[in-house]
Amino acid sequence: MANKEDKIINELKEKEYEFGFVSDIDTEIIPKGLNEDVIRLISSKKKEPEFMLEYRLKAYRNWLKMEEPNWAHLNYQKPDFQDISYYAAPKKQPKYNSIDEVDPELLKTFEKLGIPLEEQKILAGVAVDAIIDSVSVHTTFKETLREKGIIFSSFSEAVREHPELVKKHLSSVVPTNDNFYAALNSAVFSDGSFVYIPKGVRCPVELSTYFRINAANTGQFERTLIIADEGSYVSYLEGCTAPMRDENQLHAAIVEIVTMKDAEVKYSTVQNWYPGDKEGKGGIYNFVTKRGICKGNNSKISWTQVETGSAVTWKYPSTILKGDNSIAEFYSVAVTNNFQQADTGTKMIHLGKNTKSTIISKGISIGKSQNSYRGLVRVSRNATNSRNYSQCDSLLIGDKCGAHTFPYIDVNNTSSIVEHEATTSKIAEDQIFYCNQRGLSTEDAVSLIVNGFAKEVLKQLPMEFAVEAQKLLAITLEGSVG
Amino acid sequence: MLKIKNLKASIEGKEILNGINLEIKAGEVHAIMGPNGSGKSTLASVLAGRDLFKVTAGSVEFEGKDLLDMSPEDRSCEGIFLAFQYPVEIPGVSITNFIKAAVNAHREYKGLDPMPPSQFLKFMKEKKALVEMESKLTNRSVNEGFSGGEKKKNEIFQLAMLEPKLAILDETDSGLDIDALRIVANGVNKLKTKDNATLVITHYQRLLDYIVPDFVHVLYNGRIVRSGGKELAMELEEKGYDWIKAEVNGVS
Repeated sequence: MANKEDKIINELKEKEYEFGFVSDIDTEIIPKGLNEDVIRLISSKKKEPEFMLEYRLKAYRNWLKMEEPNWAHLNYQKPDFQDISYYAAPKKQPKYNSIDEVDPELLKTFEKLGIPLEEQKILAGVAVDAIIDSVSVHTTFKETLREKGIIFSSFSEAVREHPELVKKHLSSVVPTNDNFYAALNSAVFSDGSFVYIPKGVRCPVELSTYFRINAANTGQFERTLIIADEGSYVSYLEGCTAPMRDENQLHAAIVEIVTMKDAEVKYSTVQNWYPGDKEGKGGIYNFVTKRGICKGNNSKISWTQVETGSAVTWKYPSTILKGDNSIAEFYSVAVTNNFQQADTGTKMIHLGKNTKSTIISKGISIGKSQNSYRGLVRVSRNATNSRNYSQCDSLLIGDKCGAHTFPYIDVNNTSSIVEHEATTSKIAEDQIFYCNQRGLSTEDAVSLIVNGFAKEVLKQLPMEFAVEAQKLLAITLEGSVG
Repeated sequence: MLKIKNLKASIEGKEILNGINLEIKAGEVHAIMGPNGSGKSTLASVLAGRDLFKVTAGSVEFEGKDLLDMSPEDRSCEGIFLAFQYPVEIPGVSITNFIKAAVNAHREYKGLDPMPPSQFLKFMKEKKALVEMESKLTNRSVNEGFSGGEKKKNEIFQLAMLEPKLAILDETDSGLDIDALRIVANGVNKLKTKDNATLVITHYQRLLDYIVPDFVHVLYNGRIVRSGGKELAMELEEKGYDWIKAEVNGVS
């Protein structure tokens, strides 16, 4: 059995990145480097109003005073921020009336990624705001959504068409000086998605955005802002893959979510950035700030993430539970392989009374990877009768990987209850043999066991996304372990 | 169906099986009995292909093929089923999904497409009725938090679903109360045909009241020291194993 496990681990290690291809699309890139002129150039290229330029410059000046964080359980070469180009846009950016007008190269890329731009996929109920590099190229279902008063557009478009909404909510959850990467993003972000759901509206489709890094040496700085007005509901899906690269690429996104009274946002991510090769060379640096605020009473934010990619991940989708009786959830599966490093988790900040949060984190470590859960649960003095339940499970495959748990708990009243459970397990030989005896190959056995391990999280994903996530897990485990 | 010749196996250099000879034909039920530590469960594990054990000599032929040359999953697909003495838990995987994966792995081995879901559900319903398996169990994760009886029932349910040529029941009676024992034994009996065979491994004669063997073999010190009909089991029940130990030790 020991031999078989080794064999599987070796095969797994050799599993190449499935979506590693580079598409050949004309891209406009500005020269490398970062200074105030570059920021002015970005802002003017995007024809932004004055308040945006001021916002960016303020963020940049903050950033200059900040230092790159060192506290995470991560070890990597710090990026040279003057060696990055901060803006890349596909040259043609007209608004298409039909899919036939879209650059066929781009469509081919979408096809390889399985992005549902085609008619039948639209019929399946997915409106897609696809992003290649930094500019939004195609939006579907927009008219249908507009009828309900829902705004689902690229961030740039929202800046032009709904400046008052953007001005009101931008950085209302993640201040420009929140952290080093948030400041950088705020200064240079190129584009992203904007969602506004009006009062009492239940968004009839899953909103979905695909991100993709595509131009060599271009850092990606996406910005997402989702506002759910009183009594509204939306389910938002984010998924991404990236082509193979030799140099490390920086990805520093910000996602902000605001839910008003009685509103609910469900935010699901399947993340598959290029993780680097089996020697640990290349791969994406994913330093993301995701945060939501349950602003109104009885509101809810639910984060679900399946993380299989990136060389280095630094990511803590968090929720501030400000409204009384608000609810926050965080469901996460993070898989690391080869030399991947992930330091991920969440923060639940309880401010309102009777607030409730749930954290379910499942870490799977393979090869020589390091997988850390880092979570903060803070219950303020006024957040009486609040509850948190945290469960952090780690699964190890092979004996050269690591799993770490760093829970921080800070409770400031006596009526709240905080629970934390953690387990670490290995896939046992007798589990694999049991599956073998029923006719399953070791690879299928491991895949089955891993899917079982992650089930609590996977079942939170919308149906179509869950299938994609399972596919991704299987690809990650293929030849492996299964 | 199964021909075991002079089979020897060891674990960490310690010999457990010391020259087993046994032939099982289609339609037969064989029982292997013996005191603790005689090598009964090792024999079951070696036949199923567990590589904790090293085969040091001998051969095993199954339906004309060299069994020892096959991976555990191929042995399963060729028609060998082991009902485990200690069934393993697989958290988060429902019995339904687990057995579906197994059934489809068997089909793939035979060059068949996966069973369509509607057909699978019908097939499962049939087998559940046959072995008195409740739906509330098949919706639960494999063996997780199961009682001893539920685990064994689950083994027999899987046996029914996979329709093997040779079923090996490793101490299936251990940990069962009399009602569970009857249900499990009934299941096994209903699944018996003239084309399949059963190898029952047990310490006690009790199970053999329900699953009546054609042949009984006594295993001691890794060797079959005596074979007979079902009356041999009765004799063991009455007299214990000491007289056989004495006999064997006296001879050697």
